[in-house]
Parts: sequence; C-alpha cells; structure tokens
Amino acid sequence: MAFKQISSPHAHASQNTAKVMQLVLWATIPGLIALTIHFGWGSLINLVLATVTAVIAEALIIKLRGRPVSFYLKDYSAVLTAVLLGLALPPLAPWWVVVVGTLFSIVIAKQLYGGLGYNPFNPAMVGYVVLLISFPIQMTTWVTPAALLPEGISHPGLIESVQIVFSGLNPADGVTGATPLDSFKYADGLLVDQIYAQNPLFSQAAFAGVGWEWVNIGFLIGGLVLLASRIFTWHGPVAMLAAMTLMSVIFYDGGSSDSPGSALMHLFSGATMMGAFFIMTDPVSSAVSNRGRLIYGALIGVLVYIIRAWGTYPDAIAFAVLLANFAAPFIDNYTLPRTYGYTDRRRATEKEEDS
Amino acid sequence: MRTWITPGGVHPPENKHQSLTMPIGTLPLPEKLLIPLSQHIGTPAVPCVEVGKKVLKGQKIAEASGPLSVPMHAPTSGTISAIEHRPIAHSSGMLAPCIEITSDGRDKWKKHEGFKDVENATPAALVKAIGDAGIAGMGGAGFPSAVKLSPGYQRPIHTLIINATECEPYITADDSAIRERAAEIIEGIGILSHILGNPSNIMIGIEDNKPEAIAALEPHVEDTGISVVSFPTKYPSGGEKQLIYILTGKEIPSGDLPADIGMVCVNIGTTYAVKRAIVDGEPLISRVTTMTGDACGINRNYETLIGTPVSHMLANSEFNKETCSRLVMGGPMMGFSLTSADVPIVKTTNCILAPSYDEIPDDEPAQPCIRCGMCAEACPVSLLPQQLFWYSQADDHERLEAHNLFDCIECGACSYVCPSNIPLVQHYRHSKGEIQKARAEKVRSDHARERFEFHQQRIEQAEKDKEAKRTARREAAEKAKAKAAASPEKSASTAGGGAADIIAAAQARAAAKKVSPEQQQAKFERSIAGAEMRLQMAEEKLADAGDGHSDEQKNILTAAVEGARQKLEQAKGRLAEHIKQHNGEQVD
Repeated sequence: MAFKQISSPHAHASQNTAKVMQLVLWATIPGLIALTIHFGWGSLINLVLATVTAVIAEALIIKLRGRPVSFYLKDYSAVLTAVLLGLALPPLAPWWVVVVGTLFSIVIAKQLYGGLGYNPFNPAMVGYVVLLISFPIQMTTWVTPAALLPEGISHPGLIESVQIVFSGLNPADGVTGATPLDSFKYADGLLVDQIYAQNPLFSQAAFAGVGWEWVNIGFLIGGLVLLASRIFTWHGPVAMLAAMTLMSVIFYDGGSSDSPGSALMHLFSGATMMGAFFIMTDPVSSAVSNRGRLIYGALIGVLVYIIRAWGTYPDAIAFAVLLANFAAPFIDNYTLPRTYGYTDRRRATEKEEDS
Repeated sequence: MRTWITPGGVHPPENKHQSLTMPIGTLPLPEKLLIPLSQHIGTPAVPCVEVGKKVLKGQKIAEASGPLSVPMHAPTSGTISAIEHRPIAHSSGMLAPCIEITSDGRDKWKKHEGFKDVENATPAALVKAIGDAGIAGMGGAGFPSAVKLSPGYQRPIHTLIINATECEPYITADDSAIRERAAEIIEGIGILSHILGNPSNIMIGIEDNKPEAIAALEPHVEDTGISVVSFPTKYPSGGEKQLIYILTGKEIPSGDLPADIGMVCVNIGTTYAVKRAIVDGEPLISRVTTMTGDACGINRNYETLIGTPVSHMLANSEFNKETCSRLVMGGPMMGFSLTSADVPIVKTTNCILAPSYDEIPDDEPAQPCIRCGMCAEACPVSLLPQQLFWYSQADDHERLEAHNLFDCIECGACSYVCPSNIPLVQHYRHSKGEIQKARAEKVRSDHARERFEFHQQRIEQAEKDKEAKRTARREAAEKAKAKAAASPEKSASTAGGGAADIIAAAQARAAAKKVSPEQQQAKFERSIAGAEMRLQMAEEKLADAGDGHSDEQKNILTAAVEGARQKLEQAKGRLAEHIKQHNGEQVD
C-alpha cells in the first residue's frame, strides 16, 4: 500500500486568500451606499469601470508572464484594488481617468513588481497619486452632496451619469463643488466658528461635513466588521486615528483663522476612515509586526495631518500611505517581537552588523 | 490554581470523541514484529541477539550504546527472523536497522520482577532500572527518560510537570490511559518524584477538554501533594515550553533545558511506563496508540506492542484504502505522513490517523503570501512566520537567524491559519537544514584553515631555527679559525694527526647536530604555546557558536575544545617529563 507523502500540518483552517479579499469587498458596501446616497451614481460607475479594466489588465499580464490566469484571477486581489481606487476617485470622473489609474495600479504598481504579495507600494494609491499629479482638475472636481444641491437640481440619473462619464458631457451647474477639506483649506482669514456658520457644508452637517461624515461612518462600520473578523489587527488603524486626533488637538490653535480644523473634522472628512481601515491595512505593503504596525499607522496619521494642515493638497491619505510604504521595511528591521525564551527583542539586521 | 496564557495558538476541530467510544483494546498478535534500533533521540541500540535465536517476551534484544540511548526488548516471544535495514516511520521513508521477530504465538513472558521496596530504593538504582527498561519520552520526541531523570543536575529540581495536555486533535491515547489507569499513573509520578528528590511542586497539566480524565485523576492525587491543573484548550499547549509557561509563568531561556530552571517535564504516558518498569519489572514493549480517522470503520485506542506493523493495525480496524486521503503517524498538526503501512509502531507513536478526503482533503496549491499576519497572530513563540518565509525563500541565513528561526517548534499553527495555503513549516525545516549544513561546513573549513595556518607557522619557525643554528655554527667556526690563527704552533704540532682531526671534526658535528637539552626544552615550550593557541581558538569558536546552533554542532565544537585541551595537557606532560629528566641528569 502506497500513500502520499505530505508535509505537516495536515489540517488547515478553512480561510483562504480569496475569502479574505471577498470579505474586504463586502465590507466596502456601507461606504459605497453612503457615497451613492450623498454623491449620486458616480462612485458605482467608477467601481464597475475600474473592476472591468483591472480584471482585463490582470489577465493579460498574467498571460504575458506565462502564469495560470484563472488561478491568479480567482484571488480577487485585482478586483479589490480596482474597487478601492474606484471608491477613492471623484464621482463622475471621465472614464479615461478611471481606466488610466486602474491600468497604472495593476500593471505598473502591482504586476511589474511581481504580482500579488510583491508590490512594495499600495497599488490603488499609486494609481491615485499618478492621477492626482497628472490630472489635477479632474481629480479635484467633487460632486456636491445631495442635500446641498441648488433648488430644482438633482444628481444626474444612472443613464445620464454614464453619459457624463463617457462623453465628457458637463453635469449641470452646481452639481460639482468643493469638499469640506477644500473649503476649510482655502477659507483664509476666517475663524473656525465663522467657517462653520457660513459654509453650508458645515452648517448643515451633523458634526463634520454634509455627506462626508456619513461616508466616513460607512467605511468605519465596514472596517469594524473586518476588525471583528480578524482580517487585520487593531494596531494600524487605531495608531493612525489616534495620531491624527492627537495632532489635530495639539494644533487646533483655539479655532483661530490659522487653525487646521478640529479633530472631529479630520477624522470624518475626506478619505480618513477608508484610509484607516481599507488602505493602510493592505498587509502586503505595510509593516508586518504589531509593534511595527503601531509605528506605521502613527506615521501615516501624522503625515496625513501635516499634509492636510500645511501642504498644498487638501487630502493626503494616498501620499501618507505611500511615504509610509517606503518606511515599512525599515520599521520592520527594528520591531521584531520578543520571542519565547529571550529577554529582549532582536533586530532584523543583527547578524549582518555582527559580520 | 493560576495559569498563564501563551501568545498565539489555534483551535482546530478536536475530533477526539470518535476514538473514545470504546475502552483501550488489544490487537490480535501480529505474525511478525519489527523493532527499529533507533526509536529515540540519541544513538541507536546495538543488537545482542543473532538471527535464529529464540526470545521470550520482555527479553532484551538490543543494548543501549552510550549514555544517550535506550535498549530494546522483545515485545512477544518468538524467533529473531532478521536483523537488517527496513523502512521505518520517518518522513523521508528512509531505511534503518531493525530486528524482526517472528512470533511463536505463545506470548510467553520472561521471568521478571520489580522493586520490592521502592521507597527505600536509591534514585540511582531506579534511574538505572528505567534506563534498562528502555523507556524514552512517549509524548513524541523520545528523549531517553533515564537521562532526563539522572541526578547530577547543577541545580535541584523544584518543579515536576506531568504533561497530560494532549493538545493535538484526534489523539486520545493519554486521555484514555488516564481514564483507565489513573492509580498506576499516580504511582509512576510518585516514583519520579522520589528520583528527583521530592520536588516541592508537582503538577499534572491537562486541557479542560478532558473532564473525564481530570475526574479520574482527582481521587488519586488527594494527600499526595500532586495538583491537577486544567487550563483552556488551545493548540499547541502541550509543547514542553508552552506547558511550562502555562503552569508556572516561566520561560525556558532559548537553548536551555527545563532542568536549567529547576524543572522537569514528563509525558503522562511515560509515568505509566515507569510504574510498570519499577513496580512490575516490565520493560517498555507496548504503548497506547490511537487508531482514528474516517477511513477506518473502528476508531479506538489499542494497547499496541512496539513493532506492530501499521498495516496490521489498519487491517483490524476496518480500514478502507479507497477513502483514505493520507496516512499519518501522529496527529494532524505535527504528525508525518507515511508512504507505506508496513512500518512499525514505535515507542513514540501515539496515533495513527487515516482520514478520509472529506476530513483532510489534498492540499490546495499555495498562493502568494500577502503578509496578512494571521500566522504571526497564531505563532505560540512570537515569531514572524511571514518574514521567515520571505527570508527562507531568499536563503537569507543571517536574517533567518536574527528572526529566531531555530526557536520555531514546528507546531504548524502558522500553516494551519495561512489563507494562502503556504506549507510554511516545510520551508522552515528546509532552511534549518540548510543553515546547519552551512555551519557544519564552516566548522570544517575553519578547522582546515587553522591547521594550514599552524602548519605554515611551524615551517617558518623551523626555518628560523635552522637559520639560527647556521649562524651559530658559522660564528663558532670563525671563532675557532681566529683561535687557530692566534696559536699557529699548536695547530702545526697537531698537523701530523690528520686522522684524529677528522674524527674530532666529526664528533663536533655530531655534537652540534644533537639537540641540547635547552633546545629540546624550547621545542616543548613551542608545542605548548601552539596547543594553547589552538585551545583558545577552539574555545572562542564554541563561545561564538552561542545561540541558534544545533546541539550536534555544539557537541562537535565541545569535542574540539576537549581535544585541544588534551593535547595541551600532553604537551605540558612532555615538558614536565623532560625537565625532570634534565634536572635528574644535572643532579647525577
């Protein structure tokens, strides 16, 4: 009787990479719903367009690399990258913006580095930054939240939205406008209280910005589901949000005209919650140990705040995450856990330095 | 009692109930039994019987060879039918020397009796009896028990831990043995305690998924000072290091043994074997082994004779080869797959698992590592398995060592949770092997280089010595010439005695050639200096070896130091001898 020779362990948990990716995809739904309610069909169109592009691009590259196409496509990583990019892009952005960004994410940032697991940078954020630098106008034109649209004007319907995206048709006046972070950044000479009183984005908001606060709550809910499912540990997101909170408390400046804004605004505006739970938690490009992820997360939180407060861009999740991606291998060298039987943690570079 | 919680760990389905529906059974006597000479950590036993010899059950058939070894005994009566290499239960399917016994069907014991008065027996006598009974740790590693229990530890043992954790899924050998043999087990623990000088703290560590076993132990430990400590079920709580931490909150420093911190940890199956050996005088010839898995119609524990072919066990358990996805010796987490069912049950075999494809399907192909970190969350010794995998693929030995690869206990928790189905443990085993190979090579090449350098040095020294001698001779000759020139008459008067001159010159040459005692002494001193240098180098290398090196390599280095030390002693001895002789000459 001959039997197969197989290495231990023989038992395996039922988890697999595709399931992890799918769960993350499902967890984006609350955020997507909030985006759709407050900003119309644009995000959904971005998402579909990016997904189709990503799957085609991934399949072609895998084929070019001579790897089994369906095996790699089935891991859902390309879909996830596309969905995250689609959610991050402005609704109603021209189709070519979405396609160029997705191609850059999948082909350059992911596959040219070796595909899933080998990309040093978050692919969705690489695509996003490339677009932001190349097409600043398209990338900074945001849709006005539904609650603040002028009298008699509503968001374009699904068909009209598709036409806008593909034909370059301009949406009706008033459909696009500034984001809360934009408004805050360029409201020079006004006290925080004055901005909150004068700008309907804040005056009509519950606590942080009409529409945006709900989008952030949506991503927060999805993120907490992932946390509870142990897809990632609390260290990264908590460190990032804590660092942002700390920075905005320290530099609040009593609400003067120079104030970069309140902690609540920074936590629930822009892409903060999406960044904290869906972007910086990308395990491939982040620091690996829990201690490392604390530092990594805090670094992102501080960088986001610095760029938002004193940089030229109103939001900064993408830049902060990419900068922290650079730092991740370095952080990893000095944040090894203490192994059983040792009094101290070791450094990853210990042996190289010895010799 | 307080327990501590280890980091990481996993909760695979326990699957223990299947094999616990029936009491421990016995198998029909197999026709042939195959006893491998190495079933333990250490040197293989040496056969003390020849082919054709008739043996009785319990009779010694192989002697222990050296201190780290155990003897083997005939599991039944019969005839030695072969002593040769056969496939044994090893992950590589390798061949190893075995003794085959053809059973005579009578299962007739040799005469045996145990200690009459255990209380008053000396620990040394008990340890010797345990060694003679061929007992090696029955939890899995198979470390010779007599060595573990040997007196002579630098530090006294204050804590004796009995490992009844049995944390691997499916296995119920210890559980069922405790249920049925609690009194004998406690008796065995008493003997161990006596041997170790009655440690103040004796604990039986057991997971809380074995309430029946706990209940069985409890009445027997009353007034014995032994405490039964249960703790939440989690794999791998049964690792020696993990169990010690759970029960005491103490960690064994990396590279040390439990005895270094005053503790001894013994598997509960071993305590039963100890009782049988000491009280009943029976050597270790059988053990409880779990036969389980859906590919077998009968799942239960058997009191199995060592040497029973796995195929014999399967044949008696309604085994169906068609539905069997793989055959595993041990549990589903750390057990190794058998390629053939002809291999025998050995002293460390606690389980034979024959799962169906539904239970344990074929492995999925591995996907890329996404560094999700689930493995790090599962690791019971706080390693970063994802980084180890990364560096293992890159063969980056320095990084692997800095990431404490050698502290990996290969429990498989990381692979178990890996969503990408990466056989992580396999990678770590490979890298450990590669690093050990590289180290052994380095030791060899260092040794060769040293020898070469020493050789060079010696040649240079010899060259210098020759040069010095030449100079001395030249000077002496010049002096003699000068002397001759100063007293020409004398030389003239002796001019006639040419033959005498030649003889004198030859004698002078011989005298010059003959090494003076001083030179001889200098030579000895040089050789001492050389030996000292080599000793120092060997010691430095041993010190450098430090953490991470395998015991085997450390042993090699230790042996090198010892060898160098002996050479130094010899050199010193020769010098002392020489000085004595020389001084003696002077006295004469």
